[in-house]
Amino acid sequence: MNTVLSRANSLFAFSLSVMAALTFGCFITTAFKDRSVPVRLHVSRIMLKNVEDFTGPRERSDLGFITFDVTADLENIFDWNVKQLFLYLSAEYSTKNNALNQVVLWDKIVLRGDNPKLLLKDMKTKYFFFDDGNGLKGNRNVTLTLSWNVVPNAGILPLVTGSGHVSVPFPDTYEITKSY
Amino acid sequence: MEPAFHRGDLLFLTNRVEDPIRVGEIVVFRIEGREIPIVHRVLKIHEKQNGHIKFLTKGDNNAVDDRGLYKQGQHWLEKKDVVGRARGTDTVDSVIPPANSGTVELRNCVPIKKFVPYIGIVTILMNDYPKFKYAVLFLLGLFVLVHRE
Repeated sequence: MNTVLSRANSLFAFSLSVMAALTFGCFITTAFKDRSVPVRLHVSRIMLKNVEDFTGPRERSDLGFITFDVTADLENIFDWNVKQLFLYLSAEYSTKNNALNQVVLWDKIVLRGDNPKLLLKDMKTKYFFFDDGNGLKGNRNVTLTLSWNVVPNAGILPLVTGSGHVSVPFPDTYEITKSY
Repeated sequence: MEPAFHRGDLLFLTNRVEDPIRVGEIVVFRIEGREIPIVHRVLKIHEKQNGHIKFLTKGDNNAVDDRGLYKQGQHWLEKKDVVGRARGTDTVDSVIPPANSGTVELRNCVPIKKFVPYIGIVTILMNDYPKFKYAVLFLLGLFVLVHRE
């Protein structure tokens, strides 16, 4: 009984070491890869309203509506160590109230095996674009970028920003009709 | 945070306070009065000139943001609620929260990963089924007594 157990023991310990080495290999072969690709963003429509923020603090805040297109080919990012990409479109701008604001407007999960070519047109934002205050009105410089979080099988979780962003100005007046 | 992380996955965390919080990052935070830390992604930030920041989080697999989880009347998280940031991952293990949660000095990021398959599941099983934990302890004790080498 001793020898069976001790054989099982050393076999188990050895397989653990092998798996540790494999995981390390998995990590080190992809650790320094550049995970960025060019991205084309286009904004086709912007509208601004001013309403009570029903998603949180009930103060009157600026609510932006954006319709956008995004084109990107993510195929080169996927390899044996990339399990998933978490894509997110974020708007960055500054206002009188806050030096820096970042709002995620839309996100998407792309798994290994899914179609890596992104070609989306006339997309509406997934999340409400509320400002903390009234800083979107007349804001000349709201920058939209597409970024992604690379989720590996083993290794670091980098946040990569696609090369290609678009800056849009927001209107000076509020929209009062019920359109969107 | 599925399908990125599942119950039992290992996350390596950092908590360098001077690191700015930006959208897209995965943070581990604790809500006042609750014990269990939550690992979610930052959805929105508003940072003032003096560096004071308030932010909102959401789990990848959830339909809505975390405001329903925050304390009654709380709409934002702040830096003091954060106990760590997820910087690296390893498949199929359990979350290792920093040793002294709540304090600033915490475990440093270890970019070199170790594969420890299913060990995380063992910890989770032991938490969920205390009888299993006692059984394991009993067997270990028995083994120590019986082992003749």
